[in-house]
Amino acid sequence: MKQRAAVLGTGQTHHKAKRQDVSMAGLLREAIDRAMADAQVGWDDIDAVVIGKAPDLFEGVMMPELYLADALGATGKPLLRVHTAGSVGGSTSIVAASLVQSGEHRRVLTVAYEKQSESNAMWALSIPIPFNMPVGAGAGGYFAPHVRSYIRRSGAPEVVGAMVAAKDRRNGSLNPYAHLQQSDITVEQVQASQMLWDPIRYDETCPSSDGACAMVIGDEASGDAAAEGVAWIHATSMRTEPTTFAGRDQVNPQAGRDAATQLWRDAGITDPLSEVDAAEIYVPFSWFEPMWLENLGFTAEGEGWKLTESGETALGGQLPVNPSGGVLCSNPIGASGMLRMSEAAKQVMGKAGDYQVDSARKAVGHAYGGGSQYFALWLVGAEKPE
Amino acid sequence: MSRVSVVGFAQSDCVRQTPGTTNGVEMLVPTLAEAFERTGLSKSDIGFWCSGSSDYLAGRAFSFISAVDAIGAFPPINESHVEMDAAWALYEAWVKIRTGEVDTALVYGFGKSSAGTLRRVLSLQTDPYTVAPLWPDSISIAALQARLGLESGRWSEKDMAEVAARSLADARDNPQAQRSGDVSVADLLDAPLTADPLRAHDIAPITDGASVIILAAEDRARDIVSRPAAITGIEHRVDSPVLGARDLTRSPSTEMAGAALDVKDIDVAELHAPFTHQELILRGALGLGDDVRISPSGGALAGNPMFSAGLSRIGEAARRVMAGDADRALAHATSGPALQQNLVAVMEAQQ
Repeated sequence: MKQRAAVLGTGQTHHKAKRQDVSMAGLLREAIDRAMADAQVGWDDIDAVVIGKAPDLFEGVMMPELYLADALGATGKPLLRVHTAGSVGGSTSIVAASLVQSGEHRRVLTVAYEKQSESNAMWALSIPIPFNMPVGAGAGGYFAPHVRSYIRRSGAPEVVGAMVAAKDRRNGSLNPYAHLQQSDITVEQVQASQMLWDPIRYDETCPSSDGACAMVIGDEASGDAAAEGVAWIHATSMRTEPTTFAGRDQVNPQAGRDAATQLWRDAGITDPLSEVDAAEIYVPFSWFEPMWLENLGFTAEGEGWKLTESGETALGGQLPVNPSGGVLCSNPIGASGMLRMSEAAKQVMGKAGDYQVDSARKAVGHAYGGGSQYFALWLVGAEKPE
Repeated sequence: MSRVSVVGFAQSDCVRQTPGTTNGVEMLVPTLAEAFERTGLSKSDIGFWCSGSSDYLAGRAFSFISAVDAIGAFPPINESHVEMDAAWALYEAWVKIRTGEVDTALVYGFGKSSAGTLRRVLSLQTDPYTVAPLWPDSISIAALQARLGLESGRWSEKDMAEVAARSLADARDNPQAQRSGDVSVADLLDAPLTADPLRAHDIAPITDGASVIILAAEDRARDIVSRPAAITGIEHRVDSPVLGARDLTRSPSTEMAGAALDVKDIDVAELHAPFTHQELILRGALGLGDDVRISPSGGALAGNPMFSAGLSRIGEAARRVMAGDADRALAHATSGPALQQNLVAVMEAQQ
């Protein structure tokens, strides 16, 4: 029987291109110390630690959790290390939640990070895959054909991508932890920026960040005892599909649709657009906002861009998407998924500060990875689940 | 909280070098097929999948993504991965079943240790700022540990050779072992030193391999096999990475994991000891007496496929329970330099 679990506290670093003032351990502790202070817990309250990050080659350390054990407060405790590509921050949050939901632990510390300045991510990503034709164009080059296909299939006007970018960057200027701070960026400025991978322009791409995110997840008694609001975990889901196979729909992958279907079912949600108050969706390139709105079932296929174009995904709209600024403002890769999960939690905890969505009661956190093939989702609420 | 049982185990041959890619797919496809054949299950019966492997071993980022090709992961699967020995993937799967979300799980691990210079690759597990720049390799670190034990009188070179002789003799009955044989302790002690005080027989071979375990909720397990190996407890802990800050002749994390479990009346213990002296440390940490049969498979000294050898220990222990050769079995997995991180599971015949 599944036990109830709640996010008791969250913390993150100020995300920057290069955090050369701290070690990896130091970077992680900034996020961990903030999460533990937010949750009002001490080290003795933590039963286990779950850490996630993207490839070890990004920092040049094999299984860095081994070296980090002391800094994570994990020595003498159970320590798990999750790695599921770009969705890892989401998957890590879900694994941490399951340690509480299974009844195994009362309080679990979870943390995810990337410190790309330690190594060279382009080197890490350019080692050939056996039996695969190298793309040789980075993530943007990989995803640009998917975006072009989406535009062709949906008939979306080209301005939609720029609208997403301008919205998320302005949202990010309300978030003191966001890497990019562009409070006055306009749609026209985005449209005038350098074309990188047609149709993706420079201002429509995520930055490369150093950063970390942490959360403390507790059991029902811990959630009940919390002085301030907690985020109750209503449902989680994960799905994977292979990178390539004949007939694969890379624009609207089955794995994402299946993950969303399970999430809504397990959370008892029949109409996501009206029942969910805020969404933190993994949008590394602007066009993924309308693409994932459809994949998640917020709109019918081919209709996602209309929600964006109408302004309903901005703060104050029907479904604010990435009120924190999202991946387009901060992308510490391994932490980006956990940031989505924790920002969703902050919304229902009422702790989102200047980008708080009014009376947010239910919020979704979403992460994806690989070639749009790994999906991790959770739905959190201000009230306990049924 | 419902218990979880091991219902199936399969492993590839342990070999010095496979011709396949570092993706693991070539080793995993036949091993997965064997696990399904033994349980009568198929892909659609599996509620959750979890694997363990390492990008650094594969020499490539996101190497585990290609491994899902071995499953044929479409329609999409509910799946996760740990950058650890797959024994910890089994832990994650065990937790998942205990949440009640799923009632079956398949766990796999794979490693092509031959793809690089293993002892040098593993030195990158140390502190990147203060230790790794010295490139202390995994065998040299283990040799320091062995030396500390010898000088403190906790074990002798003869004790170490006896572990090797017993392991190699037992491995003669393990068709998937990489090393086996009938050797005398005296002959072993005559061999030259590899990394003082370690000789070749003290060091697990470099092994490519893969293994698979299928888990089921206890109420489902009996429908799959007649005598499932119910997991009565599973615990894991990690020690400080600072080699100078802990007594290397002990394994506090193993002691803590064992203390959190009921490790009495164990018939068989499969210990993941890549070095002979580490078996001696583990036996002490878990209080395993002379009446406990230690690593009848030959253990890691007979074949040590990185990232699946720990999972294989759980599989080997479970196999003996399922076959009726043991009523209660213990399995152990390790990770990191000098036994830094350890997992212990206890299984018994499901009544």
